[in-house]
Amino acid sequence: MITLNVNGRSRDVDDAPNTPLLYVLRGTLELNGAKFGCGLGQCGACTVVIDGKPVFSCLTPISILQGRKITTLEGLGSEDAPSPLQRAFIEEQAAQCGYCIPGMIMRAHALLTANQSPTDAEIREHMNANLCRCGTHMRILAAINRAAGGMHAAGARAPAKAEEEE
Amino acid sequence: MNAPLFNPSRRDVLAGALVVSFSLRAIPSLAQEQENVSKPPLPGSLKKAPMLDAWIRIDADGSVTVFTGKCEIGQGVKTALIQVAAEELELDPHAIHLVTADTARAANEGFTSGSNSMKDSASAIRNAAAQVREILIGIAAERLGVAADRLRAQSGAIIGPDNRRAAYGDLVAGNVLHVTAQPTSKLKAPDTLKIIGQSLPRIDIPGKVTGGVSYVHDLRLSGMVHARVVRPPSYDARLQSIDTSDAEKMPGVIKVVRDGSFLGILAEREFQAVTAMHALAAAAKWDIATKLPDETNISSIIESLPAEDHVIADKHAESASATRTLQAVYRRPYQMHGSIGPSCAVASFDGDALTVWSHAQGMFPLRQAIAEMLRLPEEKVRCIHMEGAGCYGHNGADDAAADAALLARALPGRPVRVQWMREQEHQWEPYGPAMVSRARASLDAGGNIVDWWYEVRSNTHSTRPPGAGQLIAARHLETPFTPGPPRPGDQPEGAGDRNAVPLYVLPNVRVVHHLVPDMPLRVSALRGLGAYHNIFAIESFMDELAAAAGADAIEFRLRHLKDKRARAVITAAAERFGWSSWQAAKGKGRGFAFARYKNLAAFCAVAVEVNIEHESGHVRLGRAIAAVDSGQAVNPNGIANQIQGGIVQSASWTLYESVHFEPRRILSQDWSTYPILRFGTMPESVDVYVIDAPGEPFLGTGEAAQGPTAAAIANAVANATGVRIRDLPLNSARVKAAIGV
Repeated sequence: MITLNVNGRSRDVDDAPNTPLLYVLRGTLELNGAKFGCGLGQCGACTVVIDGKPVFSCLTPISILQGRKITTLEGLGSEDAPSPLQRAFIEEQAAQCGYCIPGMIMRAHALLTANQSPTDAEIREHMNANLCRCGTHMRILAAINRAAGGMHAAGARAPAKAEEEE
Repeated sequence: MNAPLFNPSRRDVLAGALVVSFSLRAIPSLAQEQENVSKPPLPGSLKKAPMLDAWIRIDADGSVTVFTGKCEIGQGVKTALIQVAAEELELDPHAIHLVTADTARAANEGFTSGSNSMKDSASAIRNAAAQVREILIGIAAERLGVAADRLRAQSGAIIGPDNRRAAYGDLVAGNVLHVTAQPTSKLKAPDTLKIIGQSLPRIDIPGKVTGGVSYVHDLRLSGMVHARVVRPPSYDARLQSIDTSDAEKMPGVIKVVRDGSFLGILAEREFQAVTAMHALAAAAKWDIATKLPDETNISSIIESLPAEDHVIADKHAESASATRTLQAVYRRPYQMHGSIGPSCAVASFDGDALTVWSHAQGMFPLRQAIAEMLRLPEEKVRCIHMEGAGCYGHNGADDAAADAALLARALPGRPVRVQWMREQEHQWEPYGPAMVSRARASLDAGGNIVDWWYEVRSNTHSTRPPGAGQLIAARHLETPFTPGPPRPGDQPEGAGDRNAVPLYVLPNVRVVHHLVPDMPLRVSALRGLGAYHNIFAIESFMDELAAAAGADAIEFRLRHLKDKRARAVITAAAERFGWSSWQAAKGKGRGFAFARYKNLAAFCAVAVEVNIEHESGHVRLGRAIAAVDSGQAVNPNGIANQIQGGIVQSASWTLYESVHFEPRRILSQDWSTYPILRFGTMPESVDVYVIDAPGEPFLGTGEAAQGPTAAAIANAVANATGVRIRDLPLNSARVKAAIGV
């Protein structure tokens, strides 16, 4: 049994230790956000955030994740209460088929957590690891930019929150 | 109910409008026959399914369900179909529940392909909705004792002048919607539309960005097991021998399924199936038969193969004499759909009947193919569409559904989910065919085109079901099925010859489609079919002719074009781009192209600017501007999304993509061996201007940008470098060689 910390909750899973996190998230924990795209770390559809960093969950065995903080798409918000970043994707209508979008959101989430005001060039560079085939890139960039703007505003209005996190 | 099969006394009434037929199968078809002789055709897919309640159901509680035989493939069609229904039914769009392609519930609308969903399904639903509304008004008039023209529909009720109202749910007793549609409908006037024309946010996006069950990949049924298949190393390799005992002993493995060269494994958990699949693959011994052609020589091989010739345009008229003749050859490699999510399906067999959940584009053809493969009656197979990753045509979806069907049959009572691995999708999906075309045209002394000759050589662009032989698994069975003969596709839509006839007004035109039946690589429909290549060729050639005539590329096009809507998108794109004030600079080029998709769907013009890195030959799309006329625009943001995506995808095909292979196998197995456009080389901007055409028919849009984008980029590269490249893709190596670095 391995204990994983997923979206702030402790979860005991009985999958084999060499099982990549992606299969445990989708299978054992029944979380749909992270997607199988290549299993090779080439496309980013499976991206989740671990200890603040974007990670290919298709390549990361659960044996090394005990005690690490794992955040998936479901950890950001829900359909009824989407996070500012998820809301920005809805507002920009930044999806066609949408299959790559959870990975995009998680990679962008890691960026915006570390850097609240990335430049457009920084966003493009950071997002380069993730592939989209529908050609939704411009809207994805717009959504991340929109969320960055929104997060500034939220940050400016709520300094107490930032202190709490110290 | 003991209803007679045929009741002559009901005939006249039924041919009218308002009457119920119970389960009288004979009567609707009789009504149809009567209409066929006396009335114009029904709009859109009403021709295929003429009963109104095949499209719209209203329950006694007032809930409204709309049915479509088309499917959501990321193009946003669900939202647009709800909009047209809501508009004519005077409902809030959120009050409508939409059911998409399902062989047990929806009309058979064939494939969701060819940018036809708005023309076929939205036209049917809009007309059906308007007719349902009028039927409800008619019933309410009788019930309320008020003339129909004093009643109006609003928010799920028919309302009279004195505010008396009858709810839709109270008006539908007795199957009143089970009537044959009429050829004409009382559609709302363009200036009264409230929902059509609005950029209603897509209904599927909130679930997709928050982890909802959005794809067949996310379907989790009770007792479901996971499966993987092991494919041969090449198309026709046969499984000689395999010792499955080690794989069978692995954790979680339920069983190995083998039938001829079809090999699959079932396990309790997904990664257990993946692990066992690798063990099974290592144990398999194959007889490798396939000989693939030489990639470097592929276009001459395509040109040397026998072909069926189809003359698709042959027009001759008096014209000025030619003073100059140009000719050119254009080539396109095999290119892949490259869905981000490998194909997936779930199937469940109860020992008698089979249900398949699939992201394929045609549920009815898939049902036919699977029933044939399993030797089951069609009515024992139900196919239900669920979304997958964007497919952009015929990818591995049908094949994965066949895999799931075979594996589910081997494990009755437990649903089976199978997903392909990345390498399987890359190697086994049917590619967009390699194509070659030759163009020749002459100019008169005034720089006008006086004759135009064009021939295009291509494999078929559809190897889709319904034949079981179209499914990979069926070909690998002990008793294999063989694919049917390749089909050319009929004009005016065409396939390899799609958009091979230019829309320009030319006195002498001859266009020939050489269909090459032999398929060295597996091929089928890729977004736009032959239009991508033919528009690349024709619009490149137009620029070459314009240059020979000493004319501006846009003026030269307008000179040869009468169609007002075509001229309007060209002018709009040129203006928005700033064509006339554009400043040339070293390494920078501008390019333009136009087409009306299939010569009968959306009009699309694209202007681009490229930047070329001299040292490497790398072409970067700097900015792109498109103007599009999709007829009556139902959801302008949805149209813009499709065109924007089409431009980016076509830029990726055009700049980078080519399937690599050697005699024994496909080499493009993943994203490192088949690179596509990434964020790092995305344009600065991709802007789309939607020109609305109120009152005009819906025109298919999803594939309209593919061809114009390719040609606009090629024209911009020629503009920047002074060298014309006629072979796709315009990758760094090719551009570098062409400019002689």
